[in-house]
Amino acid sequence: MYRIDFNKLRFLICDDNPHMRRILRTLLHSFGAREVYEAEDGATALEMYTHYVPDIVITDWSMPIFDGLELAQMIRQPESKGNPYAPIIMLTGHSEKRRVTVARDAGITEFLAKPISAKGLYQRILNVVANPRPFIKTKTYFGPDRRRNTTNTYIGPERRGSGEVEVMQQPSLLEKARTSI
Amino acid sequence: MAKDKPGTIEVKSFGTHHVITQPNPLRKVLMRVPESDLDDPVGRAEKALAGLSGEFKEWMTIEADRLSAAHAAALRDGFNDQTREELFRAAHDIKGDAATFGYPSAAAAAESLCRIIEHAPDLDAVPPQLITHHINAVQAIVRERTRLDTTVVASVLSKQLRGIADEFLTHANRDRPEHLEAILAPSIVPNE
Repeated sequence: MYRIDFNKLRFLICDDNPHMRRILRTLLHSFGAREVYEAEDGATALEMYTHYVPDIVITDWSMPIFDGLELAQMIRQPESKGNPYAPIIMLTGHSEKRRVTVARDAGITEFLAKPISAKGLYQRILNVVANPRPFIKTKTYFGPDRRRNTTNTYIGPERRGSGEVEVMQQPSLLEKARTSI
Repeated sequence: MAKDKPGTIEVKSFGTHHVITQPNPLRKVLMRVPESDLDDPVGRAEKALAGLSGEFKEWMTIEADRLSAAHAAALRDGFNDQTREELFRAAHDIKGDAATFGYPSAAAAAESLCRIIEHAPDLDAVPPQLITHHINAVQAIVRERTRLDTTVVASVLSKQLRGIADEFLTHANRDRPEHLEAILAPSIVPNE
């Protein structure tokens, strides 16, 4: 059995609603987290993301200035100075399936529909810590692999071309992120 | 903080995409514990949340008043980008928060209002009473919650509002299939 040492994790939460930020902070501190940074809009969150280099981002969708979706898109810039790989958990009141698809295509790692629960939040955090997915980069997408499952029953078009495999080693972008601040 | 020694990133390039894999930078925060471990972080967090519950009534009142203020602004200035956005945001926050605060019927009424704002082809063409009834319902549910007999009434009220709103939206979007599909799609939030 595995547990998370929350004491070693740094969180950034972004929600324009002060009550929801208080609830999130309470839950994370109860899990054992000590470092929890808060932003009330996407622009501030992006600044804090670059400054504090959080391990996990938890963001609302609907916010002023720019929203959680735009925040995710700005974090998921493969050529950016910051860390484009941090897990992003979108915690939102949006509860329609099409919203999940849009969030997924913006590079969100996990989606958690409100109302929030301690169990739901813990499970999402456990998932991003214990089961990170590889990242996929295409002309139009950069983010966690959107295919969580492999299935033999898929009958749609194959959107990923195969071709020759080329393995390139490159310096860690995490290291680049750390030295840039 | 948790990423002491970032590993080397491996990139496999295919015809149309790259697969980028890095050693799990957060693996060091995972601790193996025996099955007999009694630590219960979720239970601890639920207790902490219950400890906040004394403030929920006040928070819910603030949220409901914000919704009423946004509605008053829309009535005064008409629907424009700003008034529409603020009304939606206030309703959307209640939709997301109210169940946590112990007001699930207020969340349901607010969700119904969000759907109207999001999917009505023209907000000025929505019967004003339909929006007003949603605002009043949220206020009534919040104000009357302390009475034991109001839980069922609140639930019936929010369901009736949702039924009327859905009927209106289905008719108003009969020629807009993308909206109709979204209106009729089931919620991903499990039923209580």
